Formats: sequence, C-alpha cells, structure tokens
Amino acid sequence: MSPAPTTHVETVDFVMLYIVGISVILLLGITATMIYFVFKYHRKKGHQPVDIHGNFWLELIWIAVPTALVLSMFYFGYTGFRDLRDIPADAFKVKVEAMMWKFSFKYDNGKQTDTLYVPINTPIHLEMTSVDVNHAFFIPAFRIKEDIINNKVTDLYFKPEELGKYDVACAEYCGLKHSMMYTAVKVLPKQEFDAWYDAKSNESTSVITK
Amino acid sequence: MANGKDTVAENFYNQSTNKHTGILSWLLTVDHKRIGLMYLYAILTFFVVGVIIGLLMRLELIAPGRQLMDAQTYNALFTLHGVIMIFLFIIPGLPAIFGNFFLPIQLGARDVAFPRLNLLSFYVYLAGAFLALLSLFLPGGPIDTGWTFYIPYSVRSTTNVSLAIFAAFVLGFSSILTGINFVTTVHRLRAPGMTFFKMPLFIWATYATAWIQIIATPVIGITILLVMVERAFGVGIFDPALGGDPILFQHMFWIYSHPAVYIMILPAMGVVSEIIPTFVRRTIFGYKAIAISSLAIAFVGYLVWAHHMFTSGMSDTARWIFSLLTFIVALPSGVKVFNWVATMYKGSIDPKPPFLWVMNFIFLFSIGGLTGLVLGSLATDIHLHDTYFVVAHFHYVMFGGTGTIFFAALHYWFPKMFGKMYNDRLARIAVVLFFVGFNLLYFPKFILGYMGMPRRYYDYLPQFEPLQFVSTVGSWILAGTIFFIIGYLIHALLKGKKATSNPWGGVTLEWHIPSPPPLENFKEIPTVTHEPYDFSQLKEMKDE
Repeated sequence: MSPAPTTHVETVDFVMLYIVGISVILLLGITATMIYFVFKYHRKKGHQPVDIHGNFWLELIWIAVPTALVLSMFYFGYTGFRDLRDIPADAFKVKVEAMMWKFSFKYDNGKQTDTLYVPINTPIHLEMTSVDVNHAFFIPAFRIKEDIINNKVTDLYFKPEELGKYDVACAEYCGLKHSMMYTAVKVLPKQEFDAWYDAKSNESTSVITK
Repeated sequence: MANGKDTVAENFYNQSTNKHTGILSWLLTVDHKRIGLMYLYAILTFFVVGVIIGLLMRLELIAPGRQLMDAQTYNALFTLHGVIMIFLFIIPGLPAIFGNFFLPIQLGARDVAFPRLNLLSFYVYLAGAFLALLSLFLPGGPIDTGWTFYIPYSVRSTTNVSLAIFAAFVLGFSSILTGINFVTTVHRLRAPGMTFFKMPLFIWATYATAWIQIIATPVIGITILLVMVERAFGVGIFDPALGGDPILFQHMFWIYSHPAVYIMILPAMGVVSEIIPTFVRRTIFGYKAIAISSLAIAFVGYLVWAHHMFTSGMSDTARWIFSLLTFIVALPSGVKVFNWVATMYKGSIDPKPPFLWVMNFIFLFSIGGLTGLVLGSLATDIHLHDTYFVVAHFHYVMFGGTGTIFFAALHYWFPKMFGKMYNDRLARIAVVLFFVGFNLLYFPKFILGYMGMPRRYYDYLPQFEPLQFVSTVGSWILAGTIFFIIGYLIHALLKGKKATSNPWGGVTLEWHIPSPPPLENFKEIPTVTHEPYDFSQLKEMKDE
C-alpha cells in the first residue's frame, strides 16, 4: 500500500480500527455466548429452567464498561475531528463553487479551473459555496467531506503529503447527474505548482495522473 | 352468533361487530384484531412493492453504466423505495399490525380504548398511501428528491413533491391517532391486577413508541406544511434563494425522523422480549431495566437528531455535543442485548422458528448498532457520511432489526392470529436463507462505503464493481426468501394444521385464550396475579 496522503488519513483509519476492533470482539462475544447457551440449555437436555430476575453487579459491569468504551470512542473521534477544523490562518486558500453538476475552483490570483491543483506539504483551506442546491465535497482518499450550501460558506482543510491525483465526488444528492459530479484534486510538487500558478494557461502540464 | 356447527368455535372471523356480512363486515369493523389484519395485508403489499423496487435498483447497479433504466428513473426509484419502506412499511409495521392485534389482549382488554378512532386511523393510512401512489401517475412524475426531501432540491424539483410530502403529512395523522389510542388503552384498560410492572414488555415498548408518535410526528407535519407553503407561495423559510435556511429544514426534518427511528425499532425490541422468555421458558433477565430503558430511549432519542448532520456545516460545538449524546443513547440498546442473551442462561431452550428469527435479529442488529458507533464518532463520520457505509448501517438496523422481527412476530403469533400452523422445516430453511441473502446484500456496502462509494448514485467508478455485483446477487437470495416465506404462510393459511391455543407454551394473556381469539377476546376479564413471564402458570393453564 502507498503511504497515507495526509496525516488525517492515518488518524481516521486508527479511529476506525479502534471502534471496529472493539465492535468485533463484542459481536463475537455476544454471538458465541448466545449459541453456546442454546446448545448448553437445549430443552432436549431436560434442564429445569431457573428464573433469574437480575444481578446487580453483572448489570453494573455491563453498563459501566460499555460507557467507558464509548466515551473513549467519542474522545478519539473528537480529537481527530478537531485537528481537521483547526485551520491555520496562513493556509493556501481556494474558493470552491458547486453547481448542478460540476465544481469550479477560484484562486486568489484570478485563476479558475475545473480540477483542483494544490502544492504538496502546504495547508489547503477550501472556502465553499453553492450556486443552487446542496452539494458536498468529498475526497475519499483524504477521508474528508463537507456539505456545500447555497448562500453560505463552509470550510474544508487538508494538508497533502503525497503527490498524485485523487478523486473528488459530490456526496450530497443533487439531482439527475449527481453520480457524475466527479472531479479531481492534483497534488503537485511546489515548483511545478508555482510554475502553473504563475502561467497564463489554466490547465496543468503535469505528468501526474496517479 | 350461531354458525350451525358445534365443532366450529366462535372466533373473530365468524363474529362481526356490525350488521354486515362478507367484505363490509371487515371494512366497517371496529374489532382491533380485524383492523390489525387489514393493516397486515395493506402493509405487506407495500412491503412487497418496496422489495421489488429494491430489486430493480440492485439490478441497475450490477455493473457501471446504464443497465435497464435512465438516471431520472433510478432517482425516482430510490426515493420511492425509501418513502414506501419508511412511511408505509416500517413505521406503521409492528405497532399497527401486532400492536393492534395483541396490545388489548395482552392487557386483558376487550378492545382498544377508541375502536372507531382505530378504524379511522386505518383509513387515514390508506388515504396517505393512495396520495403517495397518485403522485406517481400525475403529470410531473414521481418524486426524485430522496425520502429526506432536502431543500433546496425539493423546492427546485419539477416532480410531484408537494403531493408526495402531503401524503407523508396524512400518514403522520394515522400514526398520531394510533399513538393516542394505545397510550389511552394502556392507561385505562388494564385488567384488574395488571399493574404497570406486570405488563408484558411488548406493551412497554409499544407504549413508549406511542408517546414518540404523539410528540414527534407533529414536527414533521409542521415542516411539511411549511415546505408546501414555500413551494406554492414563494415564502422564504428554508430556500436560500428566498432568504431561507436549508439547514433549518434539516434540523426540523431530523427532529422527527430521528425519534422515528425509535418508532421503528422499539416495538421490535418489545417483540424480542416476548419471544425469548417463551422459548427459553424462564423469566426475562432485568425486566425493569428493559421496561424503563424503552422509555429512556424514547425520551433521550429526541436529543441526538443532529448526528445526521455532522457534515452539514453546522457549528463545531454542535457537532461534538451531538456526537457525545449519540454515544450515550447507544447504551440502553446495548444493555437490552446483554439482557436478552442473559435470559438464555439456565433456561430450557427450544429453538423453534420464531426463536431462530430472534437469534438472527441479535446478530444483525448488533452489527447495525455497533457500526452506528463508527458513525457517531466525528472523525470517521466525516469520511463515511452519505456513503454506502450509512446505507449498510441503517439496513442492518432497520431491516436486520425491525424487518427481521417483523418476520419473527409473524411466525410467533401466526398460530394465534389465524388458528393455523405453518411448516416448521420450511420456516427453519427460510431463516438460514434470509441470513445468507441479507449479509451478501448489505455487508459489501460497508466496505464500499469505506472505499468512498457515495450513496444515491446511479452510476459508479469501476473499482466498486465486484462488491456491487456480490450485493446484487444477495438481493436475489433475500427477495427470493421473502417470497418463499409469504408462499408457505399462505399455504399454511389454506392447508395448514389447526393450531392449539398455546402451541409454544407462552404465558402472556394471548396464550390463555383460543386460537383464533373470539370477538372481544375474553369471556370474562381475567384477574392478573402473576408476573408476565412466570412460567409456573403453565401447569394451571393446562387445566384451563
């Protein structure tokens, strides 16, 4: 596997692994116990059923332990999210405009493109708005997403650490061609990006396709 | 009402509540059991329609590109699938069918508190369903907004949005009226000795659900009216083009639709709490914890709606608060699962088909609940929101949870409702096939979601094809199983063996009366002396 394109990807994958790991243990525990009981206490074996109305300590444990577990899940989820919202003031800003059914990117120097070009190892701050219905800006490879709303500006932040071309999908249903509303973010070496940024042409000559 | 033969006992099939016979005696009946059965036939019909639409969607998605329909048709189909399954099947499903039929009986009552209102609820439901169908065929075409009707798209769409959401508005009234009826019945019509803590847990669950129906449903009603005003008169409420706030719509929508999730799942949890003691033949573990947690879920469930909106652009503070509350509300459901499994400890377990359905439920619902933790956590939800992961999650909760229990309840109470037995072996095969088909259909969607496959997509990138294919194959097995179940149940209705009054050895009140029950259920209103799951009664019951 190629290295993670952003640090945030590692964070999300860790939180995912943490929650899924605990979940798998719980699921297997519950299922195995249930199946074991069905065999062990099968009516054919002729056990006399015992009425047990409850058990204070057992119930306390299975309330307290899951509470601690879910609070830890909340905490990891929260810190991973907080990093995402802690946008550096000097981040490179790009304005994103979404419409049915395409994205458009505007840079501070007036450049406008259909594909998002960004320099590597630079914090990127997207300021997004929609001209019509709700959309969402989703970069699966970066594990980030935010809705894009008409008459409102929403933000998205990432810091790419690997060169390459990554898919961008619209993730909020927006009508007929919702599923075709794809574009890409191209992470370029700094020099190449600067050359492109200062050039007159809009499209990059970069050889990076992925 | 004499019916000529001595051997045929009087039951609600041959006793009418009005002067009519034949179909009119059903259409104008005020008997809660007949109304419950009419709901069953109506709801099952819509369910089958929803399943067929689901099959068509899966067929379209078997490979990238166009298979058998265009994008507009697909968008209409996934909207319809959602609207039908949510508003016509899963919200009314368990309370309207099994609640109507068994709530009065389990309470020791002759009927619900307001029998005529009950019949009215049924017709309001049919009227809502009719309007929804009508919206498909009028000029403008079937609604294509998704069942969530998010604004601004639903204001822009030229399809019949107003009529379709008005249908949801009408259906809401049916839900509210049923809720009022059930709450009143529980408060006023309990048999002597039936204190609140002697009520079966299905009643507790239905009671908690009824409160949500009464309190939450008006919110969606108001929201729908506001959308209609906006569409018709151009008043800016939610539409940003008119100065409205589309996020406000999402808040109002989920303030109803999240509690509605509990309308869907709580009655199912109640059914589980009935079936397990019966087949384990011992009392339920933690009766009070389960009863109270139903109410707790009903009320805490109001406070977590915005976890559907973690990427909507609302404030970061709101996001972490709703994330924390979401984790807290997960706990009572987890406790219930532990209680159910603990009930099997030192029991005398006879895993008949209804019990096997419940085992299916515990596995599938646990997956649904545990993946809910992934979505409750902010860092992971930001990635997974509006992807197939969410689709997989809510199908495991709603279909693996409530849908599975719909079949469990049907198999559990079938002998009581119809006085006939179905084939035990076929029913066991169905459980296994359902399990295989279900997991093949929905499990790949978790992986697809994490890979970045967004939901509500007519077309998709080539890397998603293998798992999409597996999912479609699963849909054939699952749908086939559903038709197989309906098939052997209809066969049992026509040719099945006669059921005894208590085929499973249950002890709640419905098992004390004949199968099928007579009109008004009890010759004499019983006096309740036992706890609901006290199986020492079984001996006395044999002498009854």
